[in-house]
Amino acid sequence: MQAIRTESVGRLFRARRGTKEVRALADVDLTIPRGEFFGLLGPNGAGKTTLIKILSTLLLPTEGKAYVLGFDVDTEYRELRWHISMVSGGETSGYGLLTVREQLWMFSQFHGLQSKEARGRIDDLLQVVGLSEAADTRIYNLSTGMRQKMNLVRSLLSDPEVLFLDEPTLGLDVEVARDVRSYLVEWMRAGDRTILLTTHYMAEADQLCDRLAIIHLGRILTVGTPEDLKRRAGFRERYRIEVEGNSDPAPLRSFGSVESAQLDGRHVHIVTLEQDEGGGELIRLVGSLPGVKAFTREEPTLEDAFIALTGRGLEDLPSEQEG
Amino acid sequence: MSTHPRPLRHGLQTVVARAYPRVVGANREPSWVFFEVTLPLLATVALVMVYRALGAPAQFEGYVILGGAMTAFWLNTIWNMAAQFRWEKENGNLELYIASPAGLMWILAGMALGGSFSTSLRAAAVLAFGALVFQIPFVWSAWPTALLILLITLSALYGVGMALSSLFLKFGRNAEQGIATMMEPVFLLSGAFFPVRALGVGAAIAGSLIPMTLGMDALRQVLLPGDSDPLLPWQWEVVLLVAYTGTALLFARWSLRRMERSAKVDGRLTLRWQ
Repeated sequence: MQAIRTESVGRLFRARRGTKEVRALADVDLTIPRGEFFGLLGPNGAGKTTLIKILSTLLLPTEGKAYVLGFDVDTEYRELRWHISMVSGGETSGYGLLTVREQLWMFSQFHGLQSKEARGRIDDLLQVVGLSEAADTRIYNLSTGMRQKMNLVRSLLSDPEVLFLDEPTLGLDVEVARDVRSYLVEWMRAGDRTILLTTHYMAEADQLCDRLAIIHLGRILTVGTPEDLKRRAGFRERYRIEVEGNSDPAPLRSFGSVESAQLDGRHVHIVTLEQDEGGGELIRLVGSLPGVKAFTREEPTLEDAFIALTGRGLEDLPSEQEG
Repeated sequence: MSTHPRPLRHGLQTVVARAYPRVVGANREPSWVFFEVTLPLLATVALVMVYRALGAPAQFEGYVILGGAMTAFWLNTIWNMAAQFRWEKENGNLELYIASPAGLMWILAGMALGGSFSTSLRAAAVLAFGALVFQIPFVWSAWPTALLILLITLSALYGVGMALSSLFLKFGRNAEQGIATMMEPVFLLSGAFFPVRALGVGAAIAGSLIPMTLGMDALRQVLLPGDSDPLLPWQWEVVLLVAYTGTALLFARWSLRRMERSAKVDGRLTLRWQ
């Protein structure tokens, strides 16, 4: 059985009476098998959150059908809700006067866990995410990172079969984000679980996801493993030359396949439009330049894949609407 | 992966869990005693003083005290149930409630139970203050009957609160204004501080669409039996309140489901500005 399947899912929003409609999603076809860590990569407003809301039964598509674990999100949402969970970055849910442990217990009850079982899981999960010492701290005293760890624990308490993570590391410091990521991988591999992650952090998607989709302006542009996507962007090659002194990259710019060559301190960064098998002519040209200390081919990144598909970098793209 | 608990057990779990923050919150914020109990008492005392200055019978002072107690429950219904979803949405709780397998009816019942904890203290404070300071001639032997009437009235009131909360899912923050505008007319039509028959039979019957009207009238009859002009015999009023409760709960269930779907269609659960 597929964990998630969407068939031409689209979503239109009408902001207010009399205002024009905003298209958040269009023709989204996705199939995510069970046990996969799947990422949706795109800028703010790309439609990532809209898709997560549809799959987590909070929003209905205006076109198409969506299924999670075989349940139709429109008609079988009551049963589906037993099997899923979600957490969003910057989430401020709960009640400030409760302690971490009390808040988690409260949410565990909504998912039907027996109190004894819930308390055991809460303690175990707090230990795993390094929040045990804050278990009796009131929510309003938690830092953003601690709160997000608590939200993660909340989402895992019911041991969901499908977990939706909407920018889960948003606003977290590097160390906490790393902890969260490593635990997610561990949790997923320990059972027959599926995670759908939305993020606009390229490195996060690259590190975590088995496959990912690049989404832009509500449309899925491509789906593949991070390696696939990077390979597809591989018609551009990046090289870095370490130089001594003020080396002039001008001769490189006139070389046939070189798209750009820019000096940045002691490095010249070169982007070529097509692969130059084995370095070939370019290596010979670089070798003839004065002051060259090292010449390195850089691996393509998801950023390159994204630029190849959209024509612009993730940070350069405007937000279309609250997605 | 856990198996589903029985629906009733899961429902009761949800009620207790959602009531918990309200009960705990009341204990952890002692200032609520001042704001929720002491301050409202002053308004009730002011009305008693008006009746006393006019030389009204002691029963009328009793009506005010009863009204002061019941008003607390009505406020709880309006602000801590019907309008609560807006606050829950802004905090991100509503999404989690709806995406969980817990039913909204049970969650609202938890809000009602938790809210009634602090509200009962407020109501008890008003009654105790009235009885001790103003020497209101309550019929103390009728308290068990009065308690039964109170519980049935609260069930009907909270049924109305659940139904009203569904309006929020449909109309977003506009519903809050609508609900707020119901406050003062209800105080008038329900006869919170006077025998409702004083409004005239037509207005009294219209007012009895609000469960507090029937509940107040019944309570006045059993606790302050000198009222010679009740709307209906209190036993009938109890029967009507039971029927009202059933109807309100069924309507609320239907309405919550319908409004949840409507909110999912319109995107009101996910767009914070709505």
